[in-house]
Amino acid sequence: MNVTKVVDAKGLACPMPIVKTKKAMNELESGQVLEIHTTDKGAKNDLTAWAKSGGHELLKHEEEDKVLKFWIKKG
Amino acid sequence: MAVNVMTSKEVTKKVLNREALFILDVRNETDFHDWKIEGENFEYLNIPYFELLDGIEEIIDKIPTDKKVLVVCAKEGSSVMVAEMLSDAGLTVSYLKGGMKTWSEHLEPVKVGDLTDGGEIYQFVRIGKGCLSYMVVSNGEAALIDATRMTDIYLDFAESISAKITHVFDTHLHADHISGGRTIAEKTGATYWLPPKDATEVTFDYQPLKDGNNVEIGTVKINIHALYTPGHTIGSTSFIVDEKFLLSGDILFIDSIGRPDLAGLAQDWVGDLRESLYKRYRGLAENLMVLPAHFMIIDELNDDGSVAEKLGTLFSNNHGLNIEDENEFRKLVTENLPPQPNAYQEIRETNMGKINPDIDQQREMEIGPNRCAVR
Repeated sequence: MNVTKVVDAKGLACPMPIVKTKKAMNELESGQVLEIHTTDKGAKNDLTAWAKSGGHELLKHEEEDKVLKFWIKKG
Repeated sequence: MAVNVMTSKEVTKKVLNREALFILDVRNETDFHDWKIEGENFEYLNIPYFELLDGIEEIIDKIPTDKKVLVVCAKEGSSVMVAEMLSDAGLTVSYLKGGMKTWSEHLEPVKVGDLTDGGEIYQFVRIGKGCLSYMVVSNGEAALIDATRMTDIYLDFAESISAKITHVFDTHLHADHISGGRTIAEKTGATYWLPPKDATEVTFDYQPLKDGNNVEIGTVKINIHALYTPGHTIGSTSFIVDEKFLLSGDILFIDSIGRPDLAGLAQDWVGDLRESLYKRYRGLAENLMVLPAHFMIIDELNDDGSVAEKLGTLFSNNHGLNIEDENEFRKLVTENLPPQPNAYQEIRETNMGKINPDIDQQREMEIGPNRCAVR
């Protein structure tokens, strides 16, 4: 996967992971992919819902050593 | 305008007093629909916080100015942000301290009755999750039944009434919440009782609780009589306290009955459940006050916040006790069941001592309502 930008939101509590994600996404072009790292478990449902409502596509997510990783393609 | 803080205790008071409150819940829609703060006169607006990052202009007209407004999120952070935005726009609002995480952990002690020769029985209402636990007190001694993992609340309460916890019971192996029983027993030196049929896989020592066991509390000898009532789990046990109170565990609730499927054996246990509810309970005195381990809906709370009803009243009013046809009963408790409680397998393993999640993981596992009942 061709990742354009990575957002490191590890250790940050809600709402910061989405605030940072949204800011980074604003700088991307449609079709580019953003990778997000967070340790906030609530981010899973929130990022999924946020991506959907913003017209973006959640390509995949995985968990590795308590770090949640998301890949979202800008819509 | 100011941003105020509202605690879970204050919100609980509003629930019990049936006060009006406007709740702006800024969690995502899935989490909101799964589980929210319930109150008879509460109004709701659910807009996820991530829809409000650019401003609250779109919702400001929907926020009332003639009633109290509470902004709620999962852990507090987002509700503070939204509350500040509303405040900047001229509104007076509060946010829920600690969010739904703290709401889930709030316990409200309510005295539910006096015992014959002195002593009393308290119900600890876990209002956000619907779990009920009990403290029986007699002459400086206390017994705990179905304690939650918020163990300090029971320890502090016992100390405040100068009682020593000497016995700790779980009516069954819980699947919806993490038991505090073992921790409390370790901290106080109390005896920890479990039904042996539910405890075959536990990794710690316990005292096996058997049908007909009598445990006495205090010098005024309050009798706790164990009554084997399988069905929700194979070991499920009820207690009769002082010949006045029936602690029914997850077998019988006020407006619903226990579900037999959380240990994976619905078809096998449905017969036990029926036998317990329709034969064993039928043989008990109708004036026993039923004190269950859960409530499912806020309507099950009495005016004083307690959850209690006479057994005789439940025999006439509880639908689950009035199904003549055995097949119909079997269908009710095995088909179209509500979703299982969040992380119920991991919760069972935690209660067996097989896994030891940290406090954050425990909170995460317990998110949501209890869902131990069928109606």
